Amino acid sequence: MALRDVVIIGSGPAGLTAALYAARANLKPIVIEGLEAGGQLMLTTMVENWPGFRDGIMGPNLMEEMRAQAGRFGAEFVTDSVTSVDFRHRPFTTRTAHAEFQSRAVIIATGASARLLGLPSERALIGHGVSTCATCDGFFFRGKPIAVVGGGDSALEEAIFLTKFASHVTLVHRRDTLRASKIMQDKAVSNPKISFAWNSEVDDVLDPAAGTVSGIILRNTVTGERKTLAVEGLFVAIGHTPNTALFKGQIETDPAGYIVTNEGTRTNIPGVFACGDVQDQIYRQAITAAGSGCMAAIDAEHYVDGLPQHVGDVTELSSEV
Amino acid sequence: MASEKVQTLTDTNFDQSVLKSPQTVLVDFWAEWCGPCRRLAPTIDELAHDYDGRVVVGKLNVDENPATQSRYSIMGIPTVLIFKGGEIVEQVVGLADKTTFKKLIDKHV
Repeated sequence: MALRDVVIIGSGPAGLTAALYAARANLKPIVIEGLEAGGQLMLTTMVENWPGFRDGIMGPNLMEEMRAQAGRFGAEFVTDSVTSVDFRHRPFTTRTAHAEFQSRAVIIATGASARLLGLPSERALIGHGVSTCATCDGFFFRGKPIAVVGGGDSALEEAIFLTKFASHVTLVHRRDTLRASKIMQDKAVSNPKISFAWNSEVDDVLDPAAGTVSGIILRNTVTGERKTLAVEGLFVAIGHTPNTALFKGQIETDPAGYIVTNEGTRTNIPGVFACGDVQDQIYRQAITAAGSGCMAAIDAEHYVDGLPQHVGDVTELSSEV
Repeated sequence: MASEKVQTLTDTNFDQSVLKSPQTVLVDFWAEWCGPCRRLAPTIDELAHDYDGRVVVGKLNVDENPATQSRYSIMGIPTVLIFKGGEIVEQVVGLADKTTFKKLIDKHV
């Protein structure tokens, strides 16, 4: 099997920018796209904060362009998911259900996936009234009252988007102030179809036995009082969890599961780099993900350039690079 | 490009093609505007090819076939239902890889 310079795991803004830079550096990167190919922007509509598009650009279009741009410089794509990695031996091995890739360097850009509340009733009703994707499922809630849980930009964006379909949107937030940016807050507050349930947590979703959502039970975080809110849909937008399960025991993560990076995008294993939301719990923007993807490609290029030609020699070098 | 092995299911042919089918039937509920559905499409095509003659693989557009969508309370797509003898035996909401679908199908073939 051909030994590659770099395998990139993930195909959001971080992975595709890494692919673009790595391809232009002649590292002939192979990108394993993953189940959620294109990343979180694939589930958004208009992206208004990507520089260079004064009128905004649709998230899926932006990702399509990024992929084509990396492809133009020779990045290869594998439409599959990684099932396991071996970073203990060199060259590194990355496996999918159908293939195995060996490489001198690996760039991890697996991003983060939507987090759920963790209620059994919520899990039972996914696809039947509970959703984490407004752009996918909003259509089914035409003329119906719904709730959105969360307090960040994503929650407000979903709430505003859903007013196109729903009769009313209640935004449920466990505090009395929002984390979201001022511009999003202003948009939400001025929207006549959105109201707010402050200091409220979702205790339960009704009614798993009926197989549809008929309401949610809210608990006031200050008074402890419980009440039922009649809604026919619940959209969960309470943030994301980094996709690091694949690397457990091989790559150092922080207590929240994010990959720890040092001096740019270096992980605890020389030759393995991480970029984008999988290692960022502060900024989490498409543009910062892309920026760190560029950094990872440059770091990987320097690393590969410093390696001897014979792979067999590489093992002994590992602790000093 | 959808595989010709994938059946187009509608409100009209659903009973005959799915519920009364002697074979196991996999139904992909989808819509044009659903990004993840488009991403799932090649997997569905491959399954239709791999299980040709053994499992019926079909797609139902929820925009055009609201009766079937509401009959099964489909409120999120993509949703894949597997039917055997007119009953739902498996359900997958959201994206999943080919291996996952194969495991579920193989339980009922």
